[in-house]
Amino acid sequence: MAPDTNTAVPLDADGAVDVHSPVAEHAVELATARKDIVRIATAGSVDDGKSTLIGRLLYDSKAIFEDQYEAVARASKGDHVDLALLTDGLRAEREQGITIDVAYRYFTTPRRTFILADTPGHVQYTRNMVTGASTADLAIVLVDARKGMVEQSRRHAFLASLLRVPHLVVAVNKMDLVGWSQEVFDGIADEFSAFAAKLSVPDLTLVPISALHGDNVVTHSTNTPWYEGPTLLHHLEHVHVASDRNLTDARFPVQYVVRPQTEEHHDYRGYAGTVASGVFRVGDEVTVLPSGLPATVAGIDGPRGPVAEAFPPMAVTLRLADDLDVSRGDLIGKPENAPTATQDLDALVCWMAEEPLRPRQRIAVKHTTRTVRAMVKELAYRLDVNTLHRDRDATELGLNDIGRVRLRVTQPLFVDDYTRNRVTGRFILVDEASNATVGAGMLTPAG
Amino acid sequence: MSTPDYRLSQLETLEAESIHVIREVAAELERPVLLFSGGKDSIVMLELARKAFAPARIPFPVMHVDTGLNFPDVLEFRDKRVAELGVQLIVASVPDAMARGLVKEEPNGSRNRIQTPVLLDAVEEHGFTALFGGARRDEDKARAKERVFSFRDEFGQWDPKNQRPELWDLYNGRIHLGESIRVFPLSNWTELDIWQYIAREQIAIPPLYLAQEREVVERQGMLYAVNDFIRPRDGEQPFRATVRYRTVGDANLTAAVRSEATTVEEVIAEIAVTRMTERGATRGDDKVSDAAMEDRKKEGYF
Repeated sequence: MAPDTNTAVPLDADGAVDVHSPVAEHAVELATARKDIVRIATAGSVDDGKSTLIGRLLYDSKAIFEDQYEAVARASKGDHVDLALLTDGLRAEREQGITIDVAYRYFTTPRRTFILADTPGHVQYTRNMVTGASTADLAIVLVDARKGMVEQSRRHAFLASLLRVPHLVVAVNKMDLVGWSQEVFDGIADEFSAFAAKLSVPDLTLVPISALHGDNVVTHSTNTPWYEGPTLLHHLEHVHVASDRNLTDARFPVQYVVRPQTEEHHDYRGYAGTVASGVFRVGDEVTVLPSGLPATVAGIDGPRGPVAEAFPPMAVTLRLADDLDVSRGDLIGKPENAPTATQDLDALVCWMAEEPLRPRQRIAVKHTTRTVRAMVKELAYRLDVNTLHRDRDATELGLNDIGRVRLRVTQPLFVDDYTRNRVTGRFILVDEASNATVGAGMLTPAG
Repeated sequence: MSTPDYRLSQLETLEAESIHVIREVAAELERPVLLFSGGKDSIVMLELARKAFAPARIPFPVMHVDTGLNFPDVLEFRDKRVAELGVQLIVASVPDAMARGLVKEEPNGSRNRIQTPVLLDAVEEHGFTALFGGARRDEDKARAKERVFSFRDEFGQWDPKNQRPELWDLYNGRIHLGESIRVFPLSNWTELDIWQYIAREQIAIPPLYLAQEREVVERQGMLYAVNDFIRPRDGEQPFRATVRYRTVGDANLTAAVRSEATTVEEVIAEIAVTRMTERGATRGDDKVSDAAMEDRKKEGYF
């Protein structure tokens, strides 16, 4: 158990926090500095020490409050505080010692703010891993140093690559139980790198850690003199995420039409939405899809009034100089750089329902702000996540299966490949009878 | 706002995400309503809704489940804010529901559980299909498991083991008759984010949130201001202390904290260094058990 590193806060005579103390002033400076948000997904089973690692990150970055810590200390069995108890939120999870669903955690360091999606590792909960990883900038896959790379590690790495999470970190945990062996670590690193090469993982980092003792999590360990890389937290704080966004292809799916219809704003008509990619500026020549009609951006209204330009992920309202018929589901782009308008979708689909996906099935597709009906035309293959083998004889996709599917939709969608544009390259599948979300799709080039 | 490197700050990112969620609900669900209590989180949520549709008005009403145990300051603030924005306010009253026999006062005097049937009754009466709540995932470990769009069956129940997968920002708001979606636009905000946003946007808040000398009693280690709902019990010695409220719930259950913070900036300074969660420090109602929030949510609470 690491010593309590939480700094004592000076209290004044009545027991109130002294906000003018140097400690408080420093804390305020750190807390209110302008920071980026980095979204992380963690995957691994309880046995890999995932909850302990998260507890460690939260505790060492002082995101754990005294009353939470005391509650965990009371509930801990044995002679050290079980940090894993900090993250298991549901009664059934605490009773069964498992993680059932994605839980979100928040912690801040002087450099960054982190939103951490803690996802369960069990095979049957793959859909939750996909949920957690879908918005992530970085995924941490936990591996038990004693077991090395197991089926689940492959699955997690594969899902992260499928969702194009730009940065993958493998935390090789429980290094204390293998005598801090460089040989063990290098072996896992080689095996993982070979697998990752097949997945087109753009950025892979491996860190030898002990979540229980804190080695290489926040501070460098004296037990691994052979390891010259960053600590896990240092890597999280410095990994370059800004360039992961697409600032090239201007795409603005219209979400909502703002029409005040008041005397003061009699003629106001604005198209509200979130910039998917690219940059829009006042005066830009744009094209509205599906009509294909040209228009000029007359103004951009942000949350605090007019702005000169808008970029992802800003939520703004575009005003056009031209009187066009534009509604939800339309897409505003640039004349020289348009997405593909198509009724045929070729995609890798992660299926999340008990009832399998089969050819000829009818289903709803939600893509950006447009929802259409679709028919499953073809299942090209089902992917074996462990071997990456493509089973072309497969006739259906079962729960947690991933396969390549062709869909025909009732109206054109304005799409890009997921590898180029994570926003216009993705969709969800919704069962029209149960209304459940049953699949996630990532568009891939045909062929 | 615009920066040469095309990056948004943490608050701007959270703001954009919340506005996206609010617009998506207005576009896809037929009868949304925003739960507004006059507390700081719902104040921020209402401000984000205003920004989402400006210069048009917010295209849905707001609702308050009034337990009859509210701080008068907060009710006054609620009415003033609603009038400024020109939105319709619906009040679902727990005392009225008790009078017509829908719910009964619990022996401990807490109306935390009985407000849930009152909420569900109002939802049914008005046919609301989406309810915006100001809950944040950092508040509680059961709330940490919530989706942004949280599906509820016709009884308003949350089924944490069987939640809809939520991919990217593609929210699924499809429901059958009688079902509804609870929507949490502030899911990813922390207490500190809320306060920083209040400071940055100069959003008005009820005076309770700032420190003032008040007459208090100490109860189970917490300080309760003496008011219509908190009377000193035998053996309790009221005394004067400078306190503020970190959360604003029912006046009979919400404790204050010692504080010298008379401005929002000073509140931020205190929160930046505090070592207690806001609910742990101020809510008698969450102390029942480790799973108190989970149990209430399953019954249809926010």
